[in-house]
Parts: sequence; structure tokens; C-alpha cells
Amino acid sequence: MSTAISVRHLRKVYPGQPPVVALADASLEIKDNEFFTLLGPSGCGKTTLLRMIAGFEHPTSGALEMFGEDLLELPPYKRPVNTVFQSYALFPHLTVAENIGFGLEMLGKPKAEIRATVGEMMELVQMTAMADRQTGQISGGQQQRVALARALAPKPKVLLLDEPLSALDFKLRKEMQLELKRLQTETGITFIFVTHDQEEALTMSDRIAVMSAGSIRQIGGPRDIYDQPAERFVADFIGDTNFLPAELVSSAGPTATVRLASGKTTTARSHEGADMSGQVTLALRPEHTSLVSEAEGMLTGRLGNVVYFGTDTHYHVQLDDGTGFVIRKQNSPDAPADFESGARVGVTFGAGVAQVLRD
Amino acid sequence: MADLSQREARRVSRVRWMLLAPALVLLVFAASGPLLITLVYSFLTAGDYGGVEWSLSSDAWFNVFMQRDIFDDTLGFSDAHLSIFWRSVKLSLMTTLACIFFGFPTAYFIATRPKKQRDFWMLLIIIPFWTNLLIRTFAIVELIRNEGTVNTVLMALGVIDEPIQMLYTEFSIAVGMVYVYLPLMVLPLYASMERLDFSLVEAGYDLYATRLKVLRRVILPLVKPGVIAGSILVFVPSLGAYVTPRVLGGGNQLMLGNLIELQFGQGRNWPLGAALSITLLAIVMVALLTYVRAVGNEEVKHG
Amino acid sequence: MAEQKGFNIRRQTGFATLAVACFVLLYLPILLLVAYSFNSGSSIAIWEGFSWRWYQSAWENELVQEATVRSLVIAVWASLISTTVAVLAALATTRTRKFRGQGAVFAMINQPLMVPEIVTAVALLIFFAMIKVATGYSGLLYLVIAHSAFCIPFAYLPIRARLQGMDLSLEQAAADLYATPFQAFRRITLPQLWPGILAGAMLAFVISLDDVVITEFVKSAGQDTLPTYMLGQLRRVITPEINAISTVLIGISVTMVIGFTLLSKIRN
Repeated sequence: MSTAISVRHLRKVYPGQPPVVALADASLEIKDNEFFTLLGPSGCGKTTLLRMIAGFEHPTSGALEMFGEDLLELPPYKRPVNTVFQSYALFPHLTVAENIGFGLEMLGKPKAEIRATVGEMMELVQMTAMADRQTGQISGGQQQRVALARALAPKPKVLLLDEPLSALDFKLRKEMQLELKRLQTETGITFIFVTHDQEEALTMSDRIAVMSAGSIRQIGGPRDIYDQPAERFVADFIGDTNFLPAELVSSAGPTATVRLASGKTTTARSHEGADMSGQVTLALRPEHTSLVSEAEGMLTGRLGNVVYFGTDTHYHVQLDDGTGFVIRKQNSPDAPADFESGARVGVTFGAGVAQVLRD
Repeated sequence: MADLSQREARRVSRVRWMLLAPALVLLVFAASGPLLITLVYSFLTAGDYGGVEWSLSSDAWFNVFMQRDIFDDTLGFSDAHLSIFWRSVKLSLMTTLACIFFGFPTAYFIATRPKKQRDFWMLLIIIPFWTNLLIRTFAIVELIRNEGTVNTVLMALGVIDEPIQMLYTEFSIAVGMVYVYLPLMVLPLYASMERLDFSLVEAGYDLYATRLKVLRRVILPLVKPGVIAGSILVFVPSLGAYVTPRVLGGGNQLMLGNLIELQFGQGRNWPLGAALSITLLAIVMVALLTYVRAVGNEEVKHG
Repeated sequence: MAEQKGFNIRRQTGFATLAVACFVLLYLPILLLVAYSFNSGSSIAIWEGFSWRWYQSAWENELVQEATVRSLVIAVWASLISTTVAVLAALATTRTRKFRGQGAVFAMINQPLMVPEIVTAVALLIFFAMIKVATGYSGLLYLVIAHSAFCIPFAYLPIRARLQGMDLSLEQAAADLYATPFQAFRRITLPQLWPGILAGAMLAFVISLDDVVITEFVKSAGQDTLPTYMLGQLRRVITPEINAISTVLIGISVTMVIGFTLLSKIRN
């Protein structure tokens, strides 16, 4: 599969006292036909990177190529990419159909071709009935679809989506997530999707780049990112995580043997080539651990709050070394009687479940 | 490689100045440039028949406040100029106070109408504001002159036997200025009152304040920036007023604007006229700077 | 009454009365002025009956005719010029980061609002007198230039307000959809900006039409506009002819203000 977008050492610094680093040496390759997500908290540089690809921001240094062609020298209106804006940015004085046809019109396509493509696009996003409406007269979800159709109409090789779902309510957002995924598969266009919503990123993406403070922390598939976070920030930002201090005993390839604070040893996964020694931090997902009697536990402590969430229950344990620890257990009506708050309990987890973090 | 972000910044800056150029050229040619030339003129010697002679002189600035006695050549303050300065400041302050007296309740009244009615009431304030100032001054003349409406009505009713002389007095100038500048007071006052959070007024009443105390201790401090803005908007044009004192003062009750004009007409002393203009401008700038600082402090306090 | 309605926290004793008095005082003089323009007698205080007499006499007065044409020519040119340069200036100063020289630019644009009119008038008198001597030209161009300059802030403010209310991403979306900067301006910015442009042009027109002070100082002999003509009539006996001219001017202002208000209400 060929590379659609290649980002090499892109850097953006706003001058000032002190200078603000919006993007610090970002490098990544996005493959053709991929649903690629830039994920991170606000201010992490994900939108800056997206806008650089679109041509609205200009790097201080670095290179940006699309299918081997230099993008940086081109103004936005000559770049063969299209954007779905966070605010949709639908032209308020044009109708739905006129909005969708705008890009083709600017490209100087013949009227008949524009009409045909607009019709096709409206069908694709199920907006045919609304063709002659003003954009102010349609709902937020419909505006979202029009924005999508407008950006897809010129058939770009790469589509940029800047938090396009953030203005929608929960149910509509879920629907649109599936819809976007369907459109991406159907059209075969490379999608670059920016979001701060980790769940959105996990459900839709082929690959995710997790960003923080202007730099890329980890790139990988949703499973890799969730199950094998490379560092503390990634583990913390995506899902809930328990962090445990441990001592490295030995490491061999992707596995390592570590000694827990309780003195017991266990095997954990580690990233190959990671430079580790002495004290390390383990990441453990709450749903990968279970609550057992004090005697059976790899770690022991006292049970604090027990919080009922319907589908599952969260057990907050204060471990003997003072660390807080959360265990998530799925509820079922025939489950045996639970532990009482205040009781001495044990915590256990399977071999190879814990992940050694790179600090 | 080249720093694209700097190149883009330079391009944006170039486009910006190209777009600004026509406006700036026009303004330099017909606003700020002439102002600088006026400053230069104030240091030149007056020509015999108007205009200037191109030789440096401080006479004009000297004559702004001082004069040399024609007979014994002694120095003294120029009583004529000082009294005109004093009248300008006095009438402008009176105008400002009267505008607050009428404008404050009016703005409050509009701000407490139901939301849909407010635009209508404000339109009633804005229409006179955009009506020719000369015409509004004429309207006052027709009202108060000896053969005018007020005197005619009073005489017909038998209240007075002969007309009261109201035109061509300081009183008539003050009335005229209040009339023409009142909308300038109401506009900023309304803007600050419309934003007034009435739950604060409720809190005031809840804490045992009477209506008057709520007005003094809650409402007034909150809308103070509006009062200051309105006062400046009224005071500044009052100080430089030309048309209103000319029409309503009838040539006897000069204000600064008329004194300046005189130097370019009968006075034939362009440098003095220029010096007086710069003096007026300086007073106005001090007032504006005071305003900026006052509002700035308010924002710091409440920010 | 107040007791039955309960305690109204918004009420302040005497305020409503003063406000009503204020509105009456604002409108009474203007309404009287308008009313007497229809008086059949030549008094502006004693009503003698309705007639169009003074409108007809103003219409037939050659000086008024010339002044009217001159006023309109100047106002049309001044509003066209000031609005055009104000649009460009507004595009340059909105939706941009703070730039070097921004304070000076704003000060220059707003100078006509902050400097007393008499000061500007005197400055223009001095400057244009120099040019008149140097070039020998003493036509209407001086008035057109002077009016264009002091109308700039009035045209600029509503246009800038409109631009600031516009979503910046709309132009970016246009650029993203292959529109060149000029196409983006013509197809996206301009159609949304026109209420602001029209409002600015109307304000500039009214301001130019109503100007007395600057015109009085800049005009050469025989270049009276309607307002300076009226000012000149003051020394003579006032007849309702002045009221008739005033009423027409008031009519124009009121139309423009209402038009302006409606235009500002058109949503982005």
C-alpha cells in the first residue's frame, strides 16, 4: 500500500516571550485508503497538524508530501485535499446543493458533471430531499452531512476532518461514527480525523496517533494503543488505568519479569528495544484485574468505596504501599455475595496482562 | 529549508498594508497631514491680509492667554480669551450634567422595557442623533426666539405681556447643546444598563436597601463606565461646538469654536487661530486620555 | 397600584416621568419645525392654515436648487469613496492577529471622530488654501476629498462589525474548495458583507449631507451646500422656506436611519 501523506519533522513555533511550540518535530506516514486519527487533548497540536496539511497553517520547518509531491509550496486552493470543518463552515447564502457543488464549480467542471456529482453526493449522505434548502433551515446533523458531501464532492484523495462530530448530541454522534466509517470504506478515500474523544478514535480508526504537548507519543492500531500503551500519558489519556511501581528483574524481547511492591514476581509485556532498568511503572486496565481473598492476591490492601454503575461495579482498593487501585467487575444477577467495604482483600491479574511503560 | 511560517507572515503583512493604503493616503491628505501643518502655522507670523508669513514667531502661542496693552505695552492676561475659555468649559460642564440628569432616567427607562420594545425606544433616540445638527438647532431657535412658539403661547395665555429674551444668551446655548447632544449620553448609558444584571438589584433589596440606596450603591457603581463614556461623548463636542453657539449665541456669546473662526475671518490672525485649535485639541485629548484611564481602572477593578 | 402589582424591583421613583419628558422635549421642537413648514402664513409661531407654498418657493429658489445638487454630488462621491476604502481597510484590520502599527492605524481611521470638527475644519482650510495658491484649482474636489476623509470612520465601523461577526472558517472552506482569494472574496465574503457595506455607505451619505462646519471652512465662494446655505440665511428673516428644506432633509435622515437599523438586523 502506498503512502498518502508523509509528514517529516514538522515544527511550528509561534514567536513571543516565551515562544509557543505548537508542534515539535512531528513525523508520521499515513497510508493510502486508511482511516487515520490524530487523538489528544486540546492544545496538543493535532488541529495545527491537520490545518498544515490543508494549508491554513505554515510550519517553521519540516517537510510535507502527498503521494510523493511537496504540499508546502501550494496555497490551500491548489491542494488536492478537502476539509470537513468543526463548525461545518457551510456558506449561509447558498443552498444545500450549491454548497455541495461549490468545489466542482471552482475547479471549472462542466455544469452537467457538477449536477450529476452533486446528485450522487446528496444520495450518498441521504440529503436529496433537502437540495434547495438554505443551510440555516436544516438540523445540526443534516448540516454535518452536507459539510461531508461538500468535502467529498471534488473526490479528493485525502479528506481532513476536524472534530466534525463534536457539535452533535450523543446519539447522533454514534450514528455518524458508523456512517463515516461506511463512507470511508465505500469511497476508498484516505480519512485524517482529528478528535479528543478516545472512544471515537478507538471505534473508527485503522490507526491512531496519540499526541500531547505538540508531539506524537505513540502511533498504532486501536488495540495496540489500548492494550500496550507506550508511556504513562497514553495509558492515562486512553481509558482508565492503574499505575503500579515495580522493579525490573529481567527482560527478554517483548516480555519482562518484574517484582511488585508485595515482593511477588510476574511477567509483563514490554515494548521491544525500550531502554529499561531498575524501577519501572506498570499499567493495568481495571477490567483486566480481579478482586480475590487476601491470601490469593498478588497484591493486598483494604477495600474502600464500592461504586455501582449498572453494567459493572468499581472497587476502590487502598494497597498496602499506599497506592490507590481500581478494579472493574462486570455485574451479573447470579454473582456471589460481594466483598464489604473496609475488608482486607487481594488483587490479582493474569500473566502478561500488565504493560511496562517507557518513562 | 525556508521558514514557511515567516514567509507567510510577510505575505499577510504585505497584503494588509496594500489594503490599508488607500484609506491611509486619504486620511494623511485630508486629516492628519493638515493637522500637522496647523501645528506648524501656529509658530508662524500672521500675514496682513490673512494667511502667514514664513518666519518663526511665538506671538500666536503668547496670545492664546496673554496680551500686551496697546497703550502702555504692559503684559497681562487676555481677559477676552480667558472669559471665552471659561464660558466654553462652564457651558460644556453644564451641558454634560444636564444630559446626565435627563439621559440617565431615559436610558434606565429604555433598559427596563420588555426586550422587544427596547429597539423601538432606542430608534427614537437614534433618529434625532442622525438628524442634521443645524436643523435641530434651528428648531430650538424657532421655539425660543421672541416671535417663537414659547413666547407666543405665553403671551396668548396672558402669562407675560412682552416676550422674554431667551435667544442669544448663555442659557439658549446651553439649552441648544443639551438638546443636540443628549442622544450621545443615552447611547452609552443604555449600552451599560442593558447588560445590568438585575439579580444584583434583587440582592440589594434582599439586604434591606431602599430604592434610593439600591440606585446609589448598586446600580450607579455598575453603570459608571457608561456614565463616564456618555460624559466624554457630550463634553468633547460641546467644548468644540461651533454651530450651536453661532446660531443660538448670535455673535455675542462666543465659545472656543467661534473664537477660532474669528481668527480666520475678521481677526486675520491665522497663527493665533491655529494655536487656539491646537489648544482645544490638547484639552480634548486630555479628556479622552482621562476617560481611557478611568475605564481601564474600572475594568481592572471589576475584571 | 404598585402595592397590588407587588414590588417591582426595576422601578425607580420619577424615572419614567423624566424619560417621557425627555422624549417629548426631543421631538416637540422637530415636530413644530416640520408642522410650520406647511403653514400658509410666513410666521413660524402662528398657524394660519395648511399649504405647500414654502415647498414650492424653495423648489423654485435657484440658490436652493444649486445647493441641493451640490450637496447630493458631494454626498454621493464621498460615500462611494469612503465606503470603498473602508471596505479594504476593514478587510485588512479584522480577523488578524495584532500587528505592528495597529494602534496608529486605528488612531488614524478614527481621527475624524476624536478631533473636534472645528479643528479639522481649520486644518483643512489652511492646507487647502496652500494648494489653491499653488495649483489655482478651486473646484468641488476639495469638498469631495474632505468629506470622503471624515466619512471613513462612519463607513468603516458597520463594515468592520459585520466582518467580525463572520465565521473566518467560511473563507478557509472556500479556499479548501479550490476558490482563489479573489473568488473567495467575490463568492463568499462579499455576499455576506453587503448589508454592512450598504449600512456604511448610508451612514457616510447622511454624515456628508448634514455636514456644516467643515464645508463652511473648505468651500470656495459660491460653493454653498444645503446646510451652509441655511446657515447663511440665518442672518436674514427666517421664513418657513427654511422649515420646508429642513423637513426634506429630516425625511432623508429618518429614511436612512430606519434603513440602516433594518440592515444591521439582517443576520450573518
